[in-house]
Amino acid sequence: MSTAVIPVEAKPRTTYLNAGQTLKSWLLTLDHKRIGILYLISVTFFFLVGGIYATLIRLELLTPQGDLVSAQTYNKLFTQHGITMVFFFLIPSIPAVFGNFLLPIMIGAKDVAFPRLNLLSWYVFMTGALFASYAMFAGGVDTGWTFYPPYSTNYANTYVIATGLGIFIAGFSSILTGLNFIVTIHTMRAPGMTWFRLPLFVWAQYATSLIQILGTPVLAITLLLVALERTVGIGIFDPRLGGDPVLFQHLFWFYSHPAVYIMVLPSMGVVSEIIATFSRKPIFGYKFVAFSSLAIAIVGFLVWGHHLFTSSQSVYAGMLFSLLSYAVAIPSAIKVFNWTATLYRGSISYDAPMLYALGFIGLFLIGGLTGLFLAALGLDVHVHDTYFVVAHFHYIMVGGALLAYLGAMHYWWPKMTGRLYPEGWARFAALVVFVGFNLTFFPQFILGYLGMPRRYYTYAPEFQLLHVLSTAGASILAVGFILPAIYLLWSLKKGPIAPADPWLATGLEWRTSSPPPPENFERTPIVTWNAYEFRPQEEAEVIGGGKPDASSLTGE
Amino acid sequence: MSEHIVPKKTYYAVFGALMALTAITVFVARFDLPWILNIVVALTIAVTKATLVVLYFMHVRYSSRLTQVVVVAGIFWLVIMLVLTASDYVTRGLLAPVVSISAQ
Repeated sequence: MSTAVIPVEAKPRTTYLNAGQTLKSWLLTLDHKRIGILYLISVTFFFLVGGIYATLIRLELLTPQGDLVSAQTYNKLFTQHGITMVFFFLIPSIPAVFGNFLLPIMIGAKDVAFPRLNLLSWYVFMTGALFASYAMFAGGVDTGWTFYPPYSTNYANTYVIATGLGIFIAGFSSILTGLNFIVTIHTMRAPGMTWFRLPLFVWAQYATSLIQILGTPVLAITLLLVALERTVGIGIFDPRLGGDPVLFQHLFWFYSHPAVYIMVLPSMGVVSEIIATFSRKPIFGYKFVAFSSLAIAIVGFLVWGHHLFTSSQSVYAGMLFSLLSYAVAIPSAIKVFNWTATLYRGSISYDAPMLYALGFIGLFLIGGLTGLFLAALGLDVHVHDTYFVVAHFHYIMVGGALLAYLGAMHYWWPKMTGRLYPEGWARFAALVVFVGFNLTFFPQFILGYLGMPRRYYTYAPEFQLLHVLSTAGASILAVGFILPAIYLLWSLKKGPIAPADPWLATGLEWRTSSPPPPENFERTPIVTWNAYEFRPQEEAEVIGGGKPDASSLTGE
Repeated sequence: MSEHIVPKKTYYAVFGALMALTAITVFVARFDLPWILNIVVALTIAVTKATLVVLYFMHVRYSSRLTQVVVVAGIFWLVIMLVLTASDYVTRGLLAPVVSISAQ
């Protein structure tokens, strides 16, 4: 590696941020990094919208009576919360934001394989979001995010088709992103960047992309069938016309269960990166962690029937799906064990990204193990459609996916913006999120086990204490989200200038300047090292000189 | 990328086969076959035609192994969806009738 020093007072170098300042230069950009930022702004907006719905839900549930909103409004609130969070935040979050920004840099490429398709995917996403938002403002939808017939097809008088169309359209954006990433990883790796030198984040993105391509079309066609059922009554889900409402559930969950892995696999990739960096150790069992991503993607397609245990699905199919659902715990456990083995005897530092990653491991463990409760045929009958389920999937989606999103945001913030965030505040916020999250959702496990059904706006008075705890936790959680919003925005202007590699991490993204130049690297990097190969002499250079070593690639 | 040039003869032959299979579909539709043969014959013809289109018109026969793997994976996923959904439908009637326990 070169030891050239970047001159501090050099004229402002061209980065992807100052390469064009006009609105047009952003809206017509083909730069994967800028498209990542466009997605970042969009999905963060939808996270805020989904969060407002969540706040109203928690406020309503503060008391056993329905005193804040009507039953009908409450139905719309939890439906809009689910739809917004799942389809317009969680699914695009890590792949479309961090995948877009980082994947080409991590493999040493200048851009994704199809930059125009990449920009198109954002416009398609926004078009879908526009339809869904129209439905939201016109009056919303009250079917639950799952759109189960016969309610969604025959009875609901809310904006089912407009919302469904929004999700249908946004789905194509997901497919385009997946397609782009698969081709990019196959064809655009830098010389020497072999498959087993790829960062585990890239493996995770690859597995996620497979699910996006193989699963999303099924959701699209299923929502189209709901629209056709509502408009012309084709009868595919209507028993009076020879259809079967349970068929909808099969088709819907064929996508929507793997969609959980669309949300959590990229998060696992993020956690692998962070754990390695802040333990200063290569990931224990690299190949096992890499292949476990693929295993989760594949086995994840075989388990959807566990959502149908109480929906008159054949009990024999139930047994099969139960068994297969248990099987998906194996690759998940491989990841958790390998992360903890990586921590063992590591040189651990507790920076904010690491706090989020450690939080992820603990919360994903609880979320995953309670998933096994739900995959058990007998126990599921007891807790099906109760708050136990709500708590379980929030441990996966908030405790897992969202914590990893925040972890990724902090970890790569210096790379994306060229500024360092205030570490003390960030650590404090990470702890607030962890405490707030557990206080919000742990009581819901107990509520569910005691028999409180989900999707009810009133409840028996004996449940109030646990609901109050949950709402209190949600308030703390909200503070934990507002804090990063404030200090990250502050750091954009006032944060200290970030060096190329503030974490002394490995990975090609740390070998280029912060923020990266438009073409990522001045010349194509030649990779001669494995992922997570921490090299002491490099460490000495960076610490001793206090200068990033990216000069060899950015030509500063 | 090297493009494989398919002789026109092949396209005409495939087109002829597709037309012939369509004719067979129409012909067979005139008879009500016993058991489940109606659907078996119809689906066999349909799958044969789809295979011809994918292999020749969509050039999969001349594509790289990777492309072929992608195509096979897509079909395999469809099979997963159909088979596991069928695991519900074909076993729904198999449950032994519930013996009612009358209250004493």
